[in-house]
Amino acid sequence: MAVVEARNLTKVFKQGELGAVNNVNLETREGEFLVLLGPSGSGKTTLLRMIAGLETPTSGEIRIGGEVVNHLTPRERGIAMVFQSYALYPHLSVYENIAFPLKAQKVPREQHRQKVEWAASLLGINNLLQRKPRQLSGGERQRVALARAIVREPRVFLLDEPLSNLDAKLRASAREELEDFHERIKTTTIYVTHDQVEAMALGDRVVVLHQGIVRQVGTPEEVYDQPADTFVATFLGSPPMNLLELPDIIVGFRPESLVPEGVIPGAGQVKFRFRVNYVEYLGAERVLYGSLDGSGIESKEIASRLSWTMPTGYKAGGVYDFAVAQLDLRFFDRKTEKRTDPRPYPWR
Amino acid sequence: MAVENRRLGAAMFLPAVAYIVLLIGAPFVLAVMYAFSDARIGTVGFHFVGLENFRSILQSPSFRAALRNSVVFTIGAQVIVIVCSTILSIALEKPFRGRGFVRFLILLPWVVPISLGAIGWKWILDSIYSVITWVLVWLHIFKPYNAPMWLGEPHLAMASVILVHSWRLIPFSTVIMLAGLTAIPKDIPEAAAIDGAGFWRKLFQIDVPMMLPIISVAVLFGTIFTFTDMTVVYILTAGGPFDSTQVLPSLAFATGIQGSDLAAGAAISLFLVPVLALIAYFMLRAAYRAEVA
Repeated sequence: MAVVEARNLTKVFKQGELGAVNNVNLETREGEFLVLLGPSGSGKTTLLRMIAGLETPTSGEIRIGGEVVNHLTPRERGIAMVFQSYALYPHLSVYENIAFPLKAQKVPREQHRQKVEWAASLLGINNLLQRKPRQLSGGERQRVALARAIVREPRVFLLDEPLSNLDAKLRASAREELEDFHERIKTTTIYVTHDQVEAMALGDRVVVLHQGIVRQVGTPEEVYDQPADTFVATFLGSPPMNLLELPDIIVGFRPESLVPEGVIPGAGQVKFRFRVNYVEYLGAERVLYGSLDGSGIESKEIASRLSWTMPTGYKAGGVYDFAVAQLDLRFFDRKTEKRTDPRPYPWR
Repeated sequence: MAVENRRLGAAMFLPAVAYIVLLIGAPFVLAVMYAFSDARIGTVGFHFVGLENFRSILQSPSFRAALRNSVVFTIGAQVIVIVCSTILSIALEKPFRGRGFVRFLILLPWVVPISLGAIGWKWILDSIYSVITWVLVWLHIFKPYNAPMWLGEPHLAMASVILVHSWRLIPFSTVIMLAGLTAIPKDIPEAAAIDGAGFWRKLFQIDVPMMLPIISVAVLFGTIFTFTDMTVVYILTAGGPFDSTQVLPSLAFATGIQGSDLAAGAAISLFLVPVLALIAYFMLRAAYRAEVA
């Protein structure tokens, strides 16, 4: 187990072009599950590949366990990586796949069987050891890839979108298993994903990346509740945070904060006339899409998310009295788009 | 419209069919007929003699020598070709400055007409004008009077024809393997690097096993091209010295055309067909297995 640090890490693929990763500073904590979250092209995979040693940084430093590893080959870094495609060796059996890192690291042969069986039992794949990768389902392949990664007890785990090849149902259970698994082995883990649900569910902390720049580092609560800028605010959450661009400031609130007026108790609320354009029924919740009447920005689409306990009966075309608690408002600077201090709602 | 299309299709197809029927099909049927007959050049008509030709060539020492030489020639050349083209394809897969030019250079021996290439080698290996000998003498490794005769001593001659033939086949094989290499997903070698595999382990436990299907295709083509080819042997040594480089195709030519015994020549060349069919069968099966395994 070790701490991974990135200092001013930059990767420029083509000279003169914008870097894939720009001046990133990061530090994991001991045994932490750190998630790199960002849209495609945000540099999260490049960052992970630099930590793995598959990509050479243009500038900056990578440290693992306090030691600068820039010049070390992947094998010398004591890391294990699970690829998006799992990258199982197709010509080797599951057993040989898991044993491969042991052989490569010259672990004495008599320990192989015991270690492979330990890793396999941790992931519940003991019955698959004689199979070839092509005979496995997606979920089984993922477990083999994980077993191959843990078998030599690496200092750091790097996972590159390991759940993206699974179907939705399997993904949820695999996510739980991963969480469980990290709970047991407690190895520092860096996990790349573009799926905010995965990031929120798995991460001790989440790093939100955009265009190779770290936008925010924080616990899932922090990045969701206290987004550092408008990008983070709109990237997380589905539907994203509503942003009202007023002349001197941007005001944001989550769709679940925009609720019928009577629902919020007491004072400290901002009232809106909410014109509903259409209603999406999702079972446990309804999402109303519409606009704010008389706000001066009627064209902007606004969403409200109502849980099943909320009043029903809102119809497309209707105009209703809705409100947001003053405490749920977030304010962003118009120029920098960074979050600023709360203030009284500036309009009306 | 449909009828017109079909006619056009047939018309476009015809040259290929004619080519195959006239230049491959007809000679093949003729060869089969001759092999079971007593046909000779300069006589009209012939009689079928059953397996007589095969019986007689099997008893001939020069046929057995040629068969042995063919096997040595083919296996020797294939080992060299596969080792070299595997190395070359792995080296040429990674991008580097001037890769396109190097690829072009390596492809040259395949593009040059084989007769021209072989004549060039004949000079390089000549007993008097050989540049190799000249360099070795200049380096004081050999004295001018006992310099090796590259094409004049049985073992050296065999080694020479094997090397020249390999020189010709390596580009072809390299191109096949390069195509196969690009089909290997890039993250598998990366996973191997992270798992701690060094260069050799990655090469022999990941790259080469994953290349096996394509290697076997290269071996199959190479074997057939080598087993049925006589150009290099014919130009460099004409089968000499003392039949030490005589292979089956060159023996068939010498017996059937130069020696006028069409029937025996046909029998010798037909002898190769079942052997090659068997090799092709096993190779394709191996390739299939490696692919689905």
